[in-house]
Amino acid sequence: MWQYIVKRLLLMLPTLIGVALAIFLLMHVVPGDIALLILGGDQGGELNPQELVKLRAQLGLNQPLYVQFLVWLWGVVHLNFGTSLWTGAPIMEEIMIRLPLSLEVAIAATIISTLIAIPLGTVAAVRQDTWVDYVVRVVSIGGLAIPSFWAGILIILFLVIYFEWAPPLEFVSLFRHPWENFAQLVWPIVSVGYRYAAVTTRMTRSTVLEVMREDYVRTAWAKGLRERAVVVKHALKNAILPVITIIGTEFAFLIGGLVVTETVFTLNGLGRFMVDAIAHRDIPVVQTLVLLIACIFVLVNLIVDLLYAWLDPRISYR
Amino acid sequence: MAIATRQARPVESPQTLPRHNLWEAMCKFVRTKPLGTAGAAIIVLMALAAVCADLIAPYDVYEINQQLQFAPPSLAHWLGTDEFGRDVLTRLIYGARIALFIGFASSFLGTTTGAALGVLSAYLGGKTDLWLQRLMDILLAFPLLVLALAIVTVLGRSIPNLIVAIAIPIIPRTARIVRSSALAAKENVYVEAARALGSSHLRMMVRHLVPNVMAPFLIVLTAQLGSAILTEASLSFLGLGTAEPTPSWGLMLSGGAPMYAEKAPWLAIFPGLAISLAVFGFNLFGDSLRDALDPKLRHRT
Repeated sequence: MWQYIVKRLLLMLPTLIGVALAIFLLMHVVPGDIALLILGGDQGGELNPQELVKLRAQLGLNQPLYVQFLVWLWGVVHLNFGTSLWTGAPIMEEIMIRLPLSLEVAIAATIISTLIAIPLGTVAAVRQDTWVDYVVRVVSIGGLAIPSFWAGILIILFLVIYFEWAPPLEFVSLFRHPWENFAQLVWPIVSVGYRYAAVTTRMTRSTVLEVMREDYVRTAWAKGLRERAVVVKHALKNAILPVITIIGTEFAFLIGGLVVTETVFTLNGLGRFMVDAIAHRDIPVVQTLVLLIACIFVLVNLIVDLLYAWLDPRISYR
Repeated sequence: MAIATRQARPVESPQTLPRHNLWEAMCKFVRTKPLGTAGAAIIVLMALAAVCADLIAPYDVYEINQQLQFAPPSLAHWLGTDEFGRDVLTRLIYGARIALFIGFASSFLGTTTGAALGVLSAYLGGKTDLWLQRLMDILLAFPLLVLALAIVTVLGRSIPNLIVAIAIPIIPRTARIVRSSALAAKENVYVEAARALGSSHLRMMVRHLVPNVMAPFLIVLTAQLGSAILTEASLSFLGLGTAEPTPSWGLMLSGGAPMYAEKAPWLAIFPGLAISLAVFGFNLFGDSLRDALDPKLRHRT
């Protein structure tokens, strides 16, 4: 098994390097550069060309592209991700400020939505084409249809009108002030979790529907097992694998993909950080973030595959 | 692929579209899928509103009237007016045009390109397949919004560029699904027979593989329509999509809406409702269409 894990981790490298190279090239195609932005040249103000050349040299922007890329890659190999060109702070430090928030929202939304989605999806499948099924389907399709920023706006509107709530200014740690942290993040988690639960519910429903038509489920019914035993022990256990895949994929997405929710709730998370970095042409930050998100994505896929083998004894490692 | 399944799975028979009378099929759909029919009704209503916008919209979309700032819903302005005194209902009706156009164009562009790549990848196999699939992996591992963001920044903020930006993330998702269907179809005896008869590569792909992947293609297309509309709204909300004064639903929510929400809640409520309803309709319809087209789900035990 360890051999398999090592092999998978090694196979990650080409994908990650591909992602890094792609984002590097993409960022260099984007017009405008950070030196210009720092000196305020984009506003059409007076520019000292000498100063611009000096700043570019200072930031390493005057070197050929492949040198810039290799220097950055060499740093990454040594776990040195460089400094933000915009703030001058080490990128790792900047990420560590925001990672706890993004992780907490992602993990909480995952747990809550999974707990809601799997029972709901199963019930809808077992009672296909009854009112239970229709209600679950309408609610879950609604979760996909309602934009999370609109849900956020409505929640804030509601809170402001009825509770005179104000958006938080600074993130407080879960371990230092558990209650304040909860008050801060509960609404973003709800608005993200609804969509997430909707995705998982739909997946659960459709896989359980498929499994309920299998021969072994019919055999289980014929043996005279109670419905609960048939559904949970025979159907759900076999239907759960694709559901785990979608839970994993969504989790990986949540880490860096919450730009819109973070914008609405004025949270300082990784998604917002990424959008700002792109706006500032802060290439090292964008590269590091994209690499981090791709890493999480690939790692989550690996964990999902390992879970598959653990849950289904028919699957073995090659 | 990295995991081997000990139990061999039977090769599924290729999915084909039902060939019988279209009208009959539609009647059956309406009878057996009430939710799907409701979705279709929403889509048709929206399309009608978009087509007849000039006839049914009560006011001019771009007309600014400073005296009418933030007028609450009334008989004259059913859904109120915005910070420039523009009629919200009118802008929502014209917004249907933008949403449908961008939604259809981008999901069609994305799924067609993806399907073509999927069929090509499955048919050619070997090295081409391997490289195309790695390329798709890279596209998939990319955060979706970053991709859209970068494309819009590189190409500039316009509707055609926005369509490209929304279409590109759809490509790898479609390519994967279509590729697996095409792989299964490739194993058919008649494909082998066509090869033996000396059909050209193009003919093999177009005549023998493409009809087999039409069902999964249609399913992905309808599923992507809703999410393309949602992506457009999100990008416009973030200020990266359409620009003022285009009556885009996402844009209507981005400007003054959250700021004036307390004073003029109708500005925050109605555009969001329009987006949700549209995406809801496409998803309801797409779901039922999948149920109707997928042979695995067609018969109840």
